[in-house]
Amino acid sequence: MFMFDKKRTISKEHMEFLMKVRQRKILILSARILILLAFFLLWEVMAELKLIDSFITSRPSRIARTIGNLYSEGTLFYHTGVTCFETVVGFLLGTIVGTVAAIILWWSNLLAKVLEPYLVVLSSLPKIALGPIFIVWIGAGTASIIMIALTVSVVVTILEVLNGFLAVDQDKIKLVKTFGANRLQVFTKVVMPSTIPVIINSLKVNIGLSWVGVIVGEFLVSKAGLGYLIVYGGQVFQLDLVMTTVLILSAAAALMYQGVVYLEKLLMKNGRYTSDKIE
Amino acid sequence: MGAVVKVHNLSMKYHSINSEIAAVENINLSVEEGEFVSIVGPSGCGKSTLLSLIAGLLLPSEGQVIIEGKQVIGSSHQVGYMLQRDHLFEWRTILENVVLGLEITHTLNPETKGSVTRLLDTYGLADFKDKYPNQLSGGMRQRAALIRTLATDPKILLLDEAFSSLDYQTRLAVAEDIYMIIKRENKTAVLVTHDIAESISMADRVVVLTRRPGSIKSVYNIELSCDNRTPMNSREAPEFRHYFNQIWKDLDVHV
Repeated sequence: MFMFDKKRTISKEHMEFLMKVRQRKILILSARILILLAFFLLWEVMAELKLIDSFITSRPSRIARTIGNLYSEGTLFYHTGVTCFETVVGFLLGTIVGTVAAIILWWSNLLAKVLEPYLVVLSSLPKIALGPIFIVWIGAGTASIIMIALTVSVVVTILEVLNGFLAVDQDKIKLVKTFGANRLQVFTKVVMPSTIPVIINSLKVNIGLSWVGVIVGEFLVSKAGLGYLIVYGGQVFQLDLVMTTVLILSAAAALMYQGVVYLEKLLMKNGRYTSDKIE
Repeated sequence: MGAVVKVHNLSMKYHSINSEIAAVENINLSVEEGEFVSIVGPSGCGKSTLLSLIAGLLLPSEGQVIIEGKQVIGSSHQVGYMLQRDHLFEWRTILENVVLGLEITHTLNPETKGSVTRLLDTYGLADFKDKYPNQLSGGMRQRAALIRTLATDPKILLLDEAFSSLDYQTRLAVAEDIYMIIKRENKTAVLVTHDIAESISMADRVVVLTRRPGSIKSVYNIELSCDNRTPMNSREAPEFRHYFNQIWKDLDVHV
């Protein structure tokens, strides 16, 4: 039993230990910032000294200028917004559709068995290959891009979540059955709540996959968005634009990932889901 | 006092593609109200199968199980089942955990919730109602698991190796604890175990099963000369060793 006494006094030794932990944290953070600064500085200096050809590598000062230009043209937030919107929608749809499909397959063992080989083929198929088909079917626009993002993440979600459902401790299921639980109750009382950590984990994978789907979709459709800027910049040999967009993309992707991590923390607070294996 | 549970010529076979395995064969057993029966047997003799049959989780190949005069078909909440591990759900608080059975049987109302809360209070879990299982010790978790089982007011408790996941000291203490609660709540209980000492220390009657297919080999009415019978005190009784040796011989263990 763990009871936390917040008012206890801290010994000198413990104080020193806490200081060390803190110092280490500061060290790690400053090293991280330093690496980033050094990278950009080196890039800039090497371009300045003509050690690298900034026509094909671009350089931080020009990237900063490009961001400024995009901003004053008003297209910076437009393209970023378009891509983020497509990613979020594709991500949410992929997760929801995948989870619902997994629930259906869990419910019907027979159906899961029947569809198994198809799922295996779909999961090994590079979904990007379906892109042109969607464009023909749905049209060259946002809908196709979202469809590609969804396709990329949905099969992984189905397999992950279904495996999560099937990995639920049989004794836990037996326990609710001894109370006379029906299949729906087995699902809502045990299987679903036990699988929440798996679903959250698949969110983290899906957000990455959705970015892949959206960027590839924008490469193919090319009307707006960060993927469009990259392709366009590449075609007109404006590496400044390409590099700038890649940087914006990294920042947006990192932010969204952090969002999912934050969501995970929110759902798992109070020490829930911290595994009951320690007994 | 009549029999709470009657088991009649019960047999159960498992089917696989290559074979058919008889798990238990022709078992006859009746458990009186308020009685504590232990079932011991070598591993894989179908002890747990027998409990699952009584609980209605499995359907017998032959024979029947009768609880309070009614044949068991499918799982019924007349039976309270305790498993090896407590299986408290880590995403529910202790209170939410112990009302699980009431939720499933749609009998959660202020009255039943009140009686569950009283059980928690009586057995020292009042301060832990809103805590999560990982904040409790192993013994307390097992106690919470028992209260979860008692919440639906079952006619009979089935303890399936209920203490075997605990370390030895905790196990003795928890067995003592659970025994006292069962007696105080005046419940009928069947304990399945492979621990001979545990089976004798808790039971009024010990049923020894044979190797698979499990059938009844012998039955011992445990009469110990000790006052204030508890599992701990039972182990001190002079007759304890005698029963132990006899059951050990019956089990016929070869390494």
